[in-house]
Amino acid sequence: QDMQEKETVTPERAEEVKLKAKYPNLGQKPGGSDFLMKRLQKGQKYFDSGDYNMAKAKMKNKQLPSVGPDKNLVTGDHIPTPQDLPQRKSSLVTSKLAG
Amino acid sequence: NKTPSHSRGEYNVYSTFQSHEPEFDYLKSLEIEEKINKIRWLPQKNAAQFLLSTNDKTIKLWKISERDKRPEGYNLKEEDGRYRDPTTVTTLRVPVFRPMDLMVEASPRRIFANAHTYHINSISINSDYETYLSADDLRINLWHLEITDRSFNIVDIKPANMEELTEVITAAEFHPNSCNTFVYSSSKGTIRLCDMRASALCDRHSKLFEEPEDPSNRSFFSEIISSISDVKFSHSGRYMMTRDYLSVKIWDLNMENRPVETYQVHEYLRSKLCSLYENDCIFDKFECCWNGSDRQVYIVMTGSYNNFFRMFDRNTKRDITLEASRENNKPRTVLKPRKVCASGKRKKDEISVDSLDFNKKILHTAWHPKENIIAVATTNNLYIFQDKMN
Repeated sequence: QDMQEKETVTPERAEEVKLKAKYPNLGQKPGGSDFLMKRLQKGQKYFDSGDYNMAKAKMKNKQLPSVGPDKNLVTGDHIPTPQDLPQRKSSLVTSKLAG
Repeated sequence: NKTPSHSRGEYNVYSTFQSHEPEFDYLKSLEIEEKINKIRWLPQKNAAQFLLSTNDKTIKLWKISERDKRPEGYNLKEEDGRYRDPTTVTTLRVPVFRPMDLMVEASPRRIFANAHTYHINSISINSDYETYLSADDLRINLWHLEITDRSFNIVDIKPANMEELTEVITAAEFHPNSCNTFVYSSSKGTIRLCDMRASALCDRHSKLFEEPEDPSNRSFFSEIISSISDVKFSHSGRYMMTRDYLSVKIWDLNMENRPVETYQVHEYLRSKLCSLYENDCIFDKFECCWNGSDRQVYIVMTGSYNNFFRMFDRNTKRDITLEASRENNKPRTVLKPRKVCASGKRKKDEISVDSLDFNKKILHTAWHPKENIIAVATTNNLYIFQDKMN
């Protein structure tokens, strides 16, 4: 397919001009290491174990910790799941006499 | 070559099971999603089916078996399982198997964990039926199906200094017949063929498949749209097919410097790359597949947007665009070919590029290994189509 480069800009180049007009700070090379490293981390969700366990402690239905069925088949260091962690007793035990 | 007519009934779910659970990497404070990235069936050896499924970090081998009979007539147990008082047993009988409603059970047989730092994108079973490979962004590992505590690293493209990172692995597959050969594709549009007999670490390719680029056509988007999202060998192993953002390419393993055929999937998107970059659609990973092992017909199939999917006949060079949607197709009617109008006057029944729904993407399609039956996955539904009967 012939591209008449002297007179018309290729559709791709026209789109590039549009993009650079919208985002003037866009890096030159999209294939650079910054871009790829962002790609490698794309979709990784950060998880705060403190927040998570606080939220679980507030839940009405207590889930008993239980060993997953695969525990015997996991090799190496087992990545713990929340269910594997022992339930932490709350620090303050309310007296049943409290109103 | 008429195949016996298969039932035209509806399909029911055979089995549903949870393969992976979300996990937490406490050291890195990361959540590991349970989302399945790839599933591969093992060749069937006995009555049960086996498959490998993988999320970002862990591969599991599942056994799926059917139970359609159960033993009845035990001497020491009642039918509900309670034990009988042995002193009440006065006669003996031989337990027999009686038919029961089909039950499909899935059980995990092996768990292959802790071998990938980056996200697993591919798994591929070797033709030796004993080993398989798993690939993440920077490394490929070789496993034995029976051994879960050891894995051999066979490709490592991680640079010593991550600032020098220029490309990542996007897909990998074993050759269908040569158990020592595999290929992996990259984000730069190259495919490397490696031979495991050459060395333990296959960092040096045996063949490098790359189409030369016209430097005057290069743009900001060139590398992104050249990234290969899927690679599939033909059944014979003579050819391989790659899918990049806009096209499907067929390569002859004997020719490295360019593909033998190129099929445009949705060339009209080339003038929409700016908005496709903004909405991240330019990073969508479409798969591709060959037709079944019919020796005389060579068709390749891949998905697109707006619930469209495309088929290309390598012999006749004809192509067709079809749509997987309930609104536009009544069951048991022949699918009407679709046409997208790139620009200018839109003919009746054509759809203009601007009215395409980019949220309705078909990333996964599959072709029955023997029959002309295809499965097409839209976001929320699975469609199964079959060849119309003459």
